[in-house]
Amino acid sequence: MAVKPFKLAVAGLSAVGLAALAACGQAPSENGGDDNADASFKACMVTDSGGVDDKSFNESSWAGMEAAAEENDDIEVQVKESSSETDYDPNLQASVDDGCNFVVGVGGLMTENVNTIATANPDIPFATVDGFSEVANVYSIQFDTAQSAFLAGYVAASQTKTGKVATWGGVNIPPVTIFMDGFAEGIAKHNEDKGTNVELLGWDEEAQDGTFINTFEDAAAGKSTSDTFITQGADILFPVAGPAGIGALTAASENDAVSAIWVDTDGFESTEYGAELITSAEKGLATAVKDSVLAAYDAANGGDAISGSYVGTLANDGVSIAPFHDFDSAVSDETKAELDALTQQIIDGSLVVESPSSPKAQ
Amino acid sequence: MSTDTQAPAADQPDADETPEQKPSFMRLFGRYLTEANSVMVTIYSLLLAFFIGGILLIVSDEYVRSTYTYFFARPQDALSASWYLVRDSYIALFEGAILNLSTLERYSAGTAEFGDLLRPLSETLTYATPLIFTGLAVGLAFRAGLFNIGAQGQMIFGMLGALIVGFALDLPPVLHLPLAVIAGALAGAAFGAVPGVLKATTGAHEVISSIMLNNIAALFLVWAIGTEFLHSETKSDLITKPVDESAVMPKLLSSLGESLRVNWALIIGVAAAVFTWWLLSRSTFGFRIRAVGFNEHASATAGMRIGSTYTTTMAVAGGLAGLAGAALSLGVGSSGVTTNTALEYGFDGITVALLGRANPGGIVAAALLFGALKAGALSAQPDVPVDISTLLQAIIVLFIAAPALVKAILHLRTPRGGLVTLEAKGW
Repeated sequence: MAVKPFKLAVAGLSAVGLAALAACGQAPSENGGDDNADASFKACMVTDSGGVDDKSFNESSWAGMEAAAEENDDIEVQVKESSSETDYDPNLQASVDDGCNFVVGVGGLMTENVNTIATANPDIPFATVDGFSEVANVYSIQFDTAQSAFLAGYVAASQTKTGKVATWGGVNIPPVTIFMDGFAEGIAKHNEDKGTNVELLGWDEEAQDGTFINTFEDAAAGKSTSDTFITQGADILFPVAGPAGIGALTAASENDAVSAIWVDTDGFESTEYGAELITSAEKGLATAVKDSVLAAYDAANGGDAISGSYVGTLANDGVSIAPFHDFDSAVSDETKAELDALTQQIIDGSLVVESPSSPKAQ
Repeated sequence: MSTDTQAPAADQPDADETPEQKPSFMRLFGRYLTEANSVMVTIYSLLLAFFIGGILLIVSDEYVRSTYTYFFARPQDALSASWYLVRDSYIALFEGAILNLSTLERYSAGTAEFGDLLRPLSETLTYATPLIFTGLAVGLAFRAGLFNIGAQGQMIFGMLGALIVGFALDLPPVLHLPLAVIAGALAGAAFGAVPGVLKATTGAHEVISSIMLNNIAALFLVWAIGTEFLHSETKSDLITKPVDESAVMPKLLSSLGESLRVNWALIIGVAAAVFTWWLLSRSTFGFRIRAVGFNEHASATAGMRIGSTYTTTMAVAGGLAGLAGAALSLGVGSSGVTTNTALEYGFDGITVALLGRANPGGIVAAALLFGALKAGALSAQPDVPVDISTLLQAIIVLFIAAPALVKAILHLRTPRGGLVTLEAKGW
C-alpha cells in the first residue's frame, strides 16, 4: 500500500520529464546566475486586485521595478499580488517582514493601508502609486493624464471622417474620467481652433456622466458597447477600461473605417491590435516607479531621503502621447505641428487642461 | 448523509486467520486505512491534492523545468531541484498559515513580539471566517436536498445590509454592532428566500434561480457602491463609506499586536456552526429539513409542508451567508467595501460544504483548511504562485466529489454500504 504513492510519484516525475522533451540536452557547467540574488537592496511591490499581469497600471509599475533591477545589479525586486483590498494589509506587512528596503503600493485604494504601515515602520520608505499621502516616509506618485488625453482628443478630432468619435469607461471613477475629460477638451479645442464640428459620444464633461460598462475585465461587454457606438457613426473609439478596452480594439479590427486610441501604455506594443491604433494616451508609470526605486536606493546608500510627491505631466514627460506608428502618414504635418504647439502651451501654462479629477497634490 | 462506520472485523473471511480469533487492533486499523470510507477518502484526497500540487509546482517553475531539459545527462539536478522546490513551497505555505519559523527564531532571540508569532494563525482564522458562514449556508441547504449556489449573492446582500446599518445609524457600540450583524443576516435571508419561494410556488429550480440571483447581486453591488448614499465621500475610487467605529468587529487579539486581524466574527462563526448543528440534529425544523432532503414525497405524505420547508431552509441558509457578508463589511472591509471585498467566498462555500460533508463540524474544519491555504499562499508570494491555494482547493474537491477515483488510484477496498458521496437531491 505504502509504495503506491511513491510509484505514482516516480511515474508522474518521469512523465513530466518526458513531456518536457529534449530531456537529453547538455548539462550546464554551472548554475545560471539568479537575478541579483545577492543584492543588498530589496524593493518590493504590492499590487491591487488587478494582479501583476493586468495590462494596466500594475503591470506598468512592475515593469518599472524590473527596469530598476536591470539597471542596478545591487537591487532585487519582488511582487506580492492582492486579490481584494482585504489582502493589502497582510501583503504590506509580509513585505516589511521579508526585509524589503522600499515598498511600493499600487493603486489609490491602498494609500490608507500604506500610510498605516509606514507610520508603524518609520525607517522604511514607501511609495503609493496613483494616490496622495502626507506621511513623511511615503512618496506619492500621481499623473495628470488629462494632459495626454487632451492631445489624444485633438488627434482624434483631426482624424475622424464621420465627425463622430466615442469614448466609454470601465467604471465612473476619477482615474477613468480624467482621461475622458481631457479627451473631450482636446476635441473641443480642435473644434474651436479649426472650425470643425466633431461630436463626442459617451461622455458629458459638464454632467460628469457617460457610458460605462461597470467592469474592467469583460472585453465582450466592451465590444458590444463599441459596436453600438460604431452603429451610431463613430469612427474613432477611446476605451478607458483597462483589459476590457480590448473589446473596442476587436470591434475596430472588424470595421475597416474604424480606428482606436489606447490608454495607459503604448497599445501598439502592449496589445495585438497595433494596426488599429492611431496613438495612445500614455502615462509614464514604469519610468516613475523605476526612478523612485533608484532614488530610494541612493537614499539608502547615503543620498537624500526620498519624500514628497511626484505628479507626472507633459512637462516632466510623466504623461505623453505615443508615436503614431502605422498612422504616421495619416496624421498631417500640420496636425503634428499643432500638437507640438499645444504641448508647449500646456507645459508653459498658457493652456490649462482642467479636470475635476486632476491630482490635487503639490 | 454520510456515515463513518468502521469495517466490522469479520467482514470477509481471511485465509491466514482462524474465524474464532479476534483480529488485533493494528489489523483493524490497517483495514480501515485501506478502505474507501469517508474519513480515509477525505484524508487521501488531501494527500493526493498536495501531491498533484507538487507536480504542478515543478512544471510551473522555470528554473526546475530547465533542469529537466538535461535530465538524462545529470538527473540529480532535476530531482534535487524538484524536491527542494516542493519542500520549500509547502514549508512556505505552512509558515504563512501556522507558524513562521524565522519569526520563532527572532522571538527566541528576543527581537520579535509574541504577537508576531501569532500573525500567521490570525491570518488563517481571518480568511477562514467568511468560509465558515458560506460553508454552513451551502451545507444546511444540502441537507434539505437543495443545492444553494446563491451564497455569493446572499453574502453580497448581507454585506450591504450590515454596511448600511453600520454607517447610517448613530448608536452606542453595544447596540450598533449587534444590530448591524442582524441587518446583515436579515438582508441575506431575504435574498436567500427568493429561490426558495420560487421553487415552492413555481417549481423553478433553485440552482438556476440562485445562479441568476448571484449575477443580479454582483451587478447590484457595482451600482449600489456608485450611488451617492453609499459611495465614499473622501475617496474617488469605487468604494463605499466606512462603517462607524461603534459597528466595527472588535479584534480578538489586539492587545498582542495591532496587525492581528482576527476578530469577533470568528466567534460568531463558531456559534453559527453550533447553532446549525443544533438546528439540524435537535430541532423539529431540522428533522423536517432532513426528512424533506431524504425523500420529499414521503415527507409530503407524512403531512409535512414541502414548499414552506424549502422557503425557510433557503432563508436560514441565506441568513448564514448574509452573516459572512456582515463579517466582511464590519470586519476586514470596515474601511469601505469594494466590488472585490466579497471575493468568491460564496462559491468557495460550496467546496467547503462538500469537503465538510455538509456537517457543521466538518465545515468548520474545512473552512480552517481553506483559510490556511489562502493565508499561506498570500504570504508565500512571490516564491510560490499565489494561485496554488485555489488550485489545491479545486483538486481536493475534485477527489472528494469522486470517491471512486480515489479508490481506483490507491486501490482501496469498497466499504460496507458502498462509496459515500454527497449529493443534492433537488433534481
